[in-house]
Amino acid sequence: MVNSKISIRHLTKVFYKKGNSVTALKDISMDVKDGEFICLIGPSGCGKTTLLRILADLEKPSIGDFTIDQRKEGRPLQSMVFQERGVIPWLTVEENVAFGLKMRHLPKSVIKERTAYYLEKVGLDRFAKLYPKELSGGMKQRVSIARAFANDPEILLMDEPFAALDEQNKFILQEELLSIWAETKKTVLFITHSIDEALLLSDRILLMSTQPGQIIDEKVIDLPRPRNMEQVRADPVMAKHFVDIWNHLHDEVQSSRVKG
Amino acid sequence: MKEKMKRHNHDPFAVEQEEWRKRQIKGRLKQILTISSPIFILLLWEFLSRTEIVDPRFFPPPTEIVGTFLVMGTSGELFDHIGISLFRIFAGFLLGVIPAVILGLIMGLYSPVRHFFSPLIMALMPIPTLALLPIILIIFGVGEVSKIVTIAGSVFFPVIINTVAGVVNIDRIYLDVAKNYGADSKNYFFKIALPGSLPVMLEGIQMGQAIALLTIVAAEMMGANSGIGYLIWTSYKAFLLKEMYVGLVLISFFGYLFSLILRGFQNKLLPWR
Repeated sequence: MVNSKISIRHLTKVFYKKGNSVTALKDISMDVKDGEFICLIGPSGCGKTTLLRILADLEKPSIGDFTIDQRKEGRPLQSMVFQERGVIPWLTVEENVAFGLKMRHLPKSVIKERTAYYLEKVGLDRFAKLYPKELSGGMKQRVSIARAFANDPEILLMDEPFAALDEQNKFILQEELLSIWAETKKTVLFITHSIDEALLLSDRILLMSTQPGQIIDEKVIDLPRPRNMEQVRADPVMAKHFVDIWNHLHDEVQSSRVKG
Repeated sequence: MKEKMKRHNHDPFAVEQEEWRKRQIKGRLKQILTISSPIFILLLWEFLSRTEIVDPRFFPPPTEIVGTFLVMGTSGELFDHIGISLFRIFAGFLLGVIPAVILGLIMGLYSPVRHFFSPLIMALMPIPTLALLPIILIIFGVGEVSKIVTIAGSVFFPVIINTVAGVVNIDRIYLDVAKNYGADSKNYFFKIALPGSLPVMLEGIQMGQAIALLTIVAAEMMGANSGIGYLIWTSYKAFLLKEMYVGLVLISFFGYLFSLILRGFQNKLLPWR
């Protein structure tokens, strides 16, 4: 595909242990367009987090490679929104949001301005000077999201950022994420367990198989934006997608049990 | 039944206010308990000693120890002993803590360094620094340096072990965050390793503080002609037990004081805990 933002070619990751090697990812090839919101969905242990960690430069592929297209000089390639505990407890909310910018030694005025902007975006401007221990789980994930967007990367990687939240908070944060995303048009790769979440957020859903992780199907979600959960629930096509994905996950879990 | 009725008549704020007042009283009671235990022991001691149930030659009553303290204080000599001991403790403490923190952070961050130094530390730690005092005296002479080095040697080990443990036990996810957001090694050190290991490191420093006091007394007993330890030792040898008790109480007092200061420090340094 020409003009793709992320392109992954024949990527395989093996975790080698004496006598018991695990193929976490097998021959993954995919392309993501600029500005696309992609959800990866698959049974636990299918290697989706491994794929994200490879793109985040926290893990090396065994073979194969990937490229992230850099459109703007000096912009970081990617920033990650980690699972629940990714907010650094000894930094204040403000310092956490500014973390990436400070690490890149940007001018103080730029750091201040961008931090303030995203703090306000996620509604945490009043809590700027607090430490994370004083925040709820949902507020901590807002810090994590603000930190990633403030860093202004080429692509965003999100590793089940809402998995630990309760239903109501999850809905609120999903809609907030969509509104910030609509404004910045970032390319996003988002891991989730939740089919509803994937349907609500994605332009495209990639379905992964159980170990070894492979991308075995994709669903294009062309529901017009801005979307909300009611629309997703009311749309018959989405209902069919839901059942399809549900069956896929069900089959994968069953087959892994038989193999195991 | 009657009581239940009465409660119903109150408005909820009054009921909760009553509950709150009860909790306040309970809290104050606990504070009183904390203060009362040392006072109780002192009163008991005073009583047993005055009534000669215990031998007042070995256990002089606390009021007399206080009297002795005042007499010793007026001569000024006592404060010379206190001053010199405090100087040795501070100097030795710093000389032990600073290298322990630096080496500990480096060992925690770089596993080859850790693997190289760990066996040395494990092997040297069980040797009491006091047992090395003769050697230290030969190398550093009988002056101040030998006492400072003795204390530094004792403080060093708990601090370095806690510092290494502090760094090694930092949650991996924070290291991933730092790497993902492009932290260079300087930021990695000052924004992640140092603050992340600080809670455990400070526990080690607290322990080092206690060890410094234990060591100073023993070191001054063995090779000094001034200081609180020297005072305890010479008073004991001359059978001036009241004077000896003054020395012991002073050590206890400073131990308590330093603990409080370090706790205060801890709360200042770790606002995020």
